[in-house]
Amino acid sequence: MDARLTVTWKIGGEAGYGIISSGTMLARTCARLGYHIFVTNEYPSLIRGGHNIVTVKVSSAKFHALDEDLHILVALNKETLDLHKDELLPGAVVVFDPKDSDGLELTSRDIALCPVPLFEITKSHSGEPVMRNTVALGATVAFLGLSFDVLSGVIKDQFEHKGEEVIAHNQEIARAGYDYVVMTYPSVAFAKLSSVSKTEDKLIINGSEVFGVAAVRAGLKFAAIYPMTPINALISFLADHAKSLGIVYKQPEDEIAGINMALGASLAGVRSMVATSGGGFALMTEGISLAGMLELPVVVDLGMRVGPATGMPTWTEQGELQFAIHSGHGEFAKIVLAPGNAEQIYSTVIEAFHLADAFQVPVIVLTDKYMNESQWCVPKSAFAGDVVIDRGKMVRAEDLGKEVFKRYDLSVSDGVSPRSVPGMKGGQYFANSYEHDEFGYVTEESAVREKMAQKRLLKLGSIQKIVRPPEVYGDPKAEIALTCFGSTVGAVLDALEEAKYVINGKSAKLLHFTWMSPFPSDAVTHLLTGIKTIVDIEQNGTSQLASLIREYTGIQCTHKVQRFSGRPFTPKFVLEALKKNLQ
Amino acid sequence: MDEPKKIVSTEEFKTHIMPTWCPGCGDFGIWMSLKSALSGLSIGSDDALLIYGIGCHGNMYSWMKTYGFEGLHGRTLPVAQGVKLSNHELPVIAIAGDGDCLGEGGNHLIHAAKRNPDITLIIHDNQVYGLTTGQASPTAKAGFKTKSTPEGVTDEPINPLTLAITAGATFVARGFAGDIPGLTKLIEEAIQHKGFSLLDVLQPCVSFDKVHTYQWYRQRIYTFEKEGYVPNNKFEAYKRALEWEEKIPVGVFYKEERMTSEQRESALASGPLVKSSVGVKDIESLLREFM
Repeated sequence: MDARLTVTWKIGGEAGYGIISSGTMLARTCARLGYHIFVTNEYPSLIRGGHNIVTVKVSSAKFHALDEDLHILVALNKETLDLHKDELLPGAVVVFDPKDSDGLELTSRDIALCPVPLFEITKSHSGEPVMRNTVALGATVAFLGLSFDVLSGVIKDQFEHKGEEVIAHNQEIARAGYDYVVMTYPSVAFAKLSSVSKTEDKLIINGSEVFGVAAVRAGLKFAAIYPMTPINALISFLADHAKSLGIVYKQPEDEIAGINMALGASLAGVRSMVATSGGGFALMTEGISLAGMLELPVVVDLGMRVGPATGMPTWTEQGELQFAIHSGHGEFAKIVLAPGNAEQIYSTVIEAFHLADAFQVPVIVLTDKYMNESQWCVPKSAFAGDVVIDRGKMVRAEDLGKEVFKRYDLSVSDGVSPRSVPGMKGGQYFANSYEHDEFGYVTEESAVREKMAQKRLLKLGSIQKIVRPPEVYGDPKAEIALTCFGSTVGAVLDALEEAKYVINGKSAKLLHFTWMSPFPSDAVTHLLTGIKTIVDIEQNGTSQLASLIREYTGIQCTHKVQRFSGRPFTPKFVLEALKKNLQ
Repeated sequence: MDEPKKIVSTEEFKTHIMPTWCPGCGDFGIWMSLKSALSGLSIGSDDALLIYGIGCHGNMYSWMKTYGFEGLHGRTLPVAQGVKLSNHELPVIAIAGDGDCLGEGGNHLIHAAKRNPDITLIIHDNQVYGLTTGQASPTAKAGFKTKSTPEGVTDEPINPLTLAITAGATFVARGFAGDIPGLTKLIEEAIQHKGFSLLDVLQPCVSFDKVHTYQWYRQRIYTFEKEGYVPNNKFEAYKRALEWEEKIPVGVFYKEERMTSEQRESALASGPLVKSSVGVKDIESLLREFM
């Protein structure tokens, strides 16, 4: 059998079995060898028990999303076998412990059952039962036909902080799994990967970690984040690096405190942020309104998950687009962005901090469970280059003291007045949540109110001048247009590439939106005018982007593809839905 | 050698706006004491940030010229902590009402006390919501008739002092708005304390409370400092804080030195965040963690 271009591997078991770290270590091994990888996890909202799976797709070529094919399944319990047997491709490899094979009814299927005595091997090398995943990892590397030495190096780095003994023990156990497969299944070649030459260094990093790296590069100094799925990896990143990077991460008592702390830090003169999911963001909305009134920059990572209410906390959705755009009482300018993959998270977050300062507004970055907790394969070069930090209109000490400082100076043409920082001599002002005059003093006078409200809303026009139009993939003159935003782009792109940008005989292009509000109205009108078939694809049940397009351009999407099961789109799902819709 | 002490006149805090509080309001006494205390500590209008809640007390910012933050109802302390962690050299004083920081913002008070940021909280405690024309506040005593409790308050009142002692505040005091010299001294002490200082100030609401008048308070208030009370024992402080009706003590109930939130942040050891360098110096080693 020829070696494969792409292999998808899945490991399943109860939480607490080290399943996530197995996925990470396999991904790092493959990344070090030069493959392209995507890792995603699925788990219920529990600490221990429950069914947990990690899926790793490895390919010699660049791709954008997981698909539904499965080449290797590692089952650390019987439930994994029962739940995932239907995903197996004909000939797929199933690794399991014979102890878990009771009642196994897979013999009728065309698959390669490869029992590996995970418990026994672990035990014979003085390991705890929880180290079965390490045996499975070694076995996997053998089935993929990869070098054990690279895995060994990854194990070394993974356990570096635990000392030589732990490293050697894990290497020994992984080696035992590797050797067992090499000796026992020399002819099982179904999942052997074609070799690849490494061209550059790559990172295996989840979306929240990319957010963190981008934020600190953009000069983030203060973050107040209450724990909530799916932004917990960002908390770990910031807390673990607070000392070395000279930043403060504070765990607030609730999300209301979080946003108010971040606004305090912003007022004091540092770049600050919060992160949360829909429920926490609901609590923050009063603070978003306050940021609008005080004209304070702040960045919000809104990690969407399945709602309403507590919903399905560990599953993905794109349900908060309209909520984010309309968050906060009263009328004021804010910016809503929606990156679609790891590289875009990096550039968007840096941009978000810049925009927040430039326009003195809250900037909401929409992420989601799928992009935050999945591990992406990102070339190191994506993080290269200097990040220029421009704090926008900050008043200089030498310009103060001549006359009374007007923090909310109405004479500015773009709506953005220079700001001082408490403690600056001669910069005294009131940051006032009541309507105020140029100095911050309370006012209810109609003329001042109108002027001040106009000044704040003037920013919408200033921002409109720099809004980013959607990215177009495919022939701009194509007959069919697809629209999507945020992380949905991966599955849609892979579907289009597989279909060679032709659906049911008609050429198709994709408009991927990353700048959601203020809406890029003119560009979208231009891109969609005259197109008879427009298919909107969203991970929600109300097609919120389609509503925005209609609201700002008058153009109606003719077809809507939705998914709100909590499971991310796959290329297969998208392609089938497109073909069915466009019959 | 110490720098010569800057002279700050209370005139420095004057704005063009005249107070809008009802004549005789306890807020006047607190305002005057605060100005005297800041002047006594040489804290001028550019040197500190005063953070107000929403309520009658919060209107003070209009006639109190300093860097000011008038935020949302109940949220003074989270803002104050964000500021303090970003610039711990800046004196930060939160000025809140009893409804503001014991009702809407009760959770923030408990957690601020627990963390011990170097912030002073002055509570305007008059048992009513004056700005909304006289409903019962969380400190309203049982039986007190207000617009929202025509038959009299039935709930137990929140005692800001026992709450603060229990939550871990490192400076817990009570003052009286009718005693400006005494209150000035207490505010000075509270600001000078390194850690979270809570100063509950009893004040009459002359418009919506005909019971707890200046006279009512004067007949009951006493200073335990003269008796040789030493504020270093939580249980003694707790007992004193429960005294009410016949005799009402004012002064410092409890005080201790403990690490502040800011002292526990390693990033702040070399100076305030706002003055520190930004960005990532060693991006290589940061990225290596993910390879």
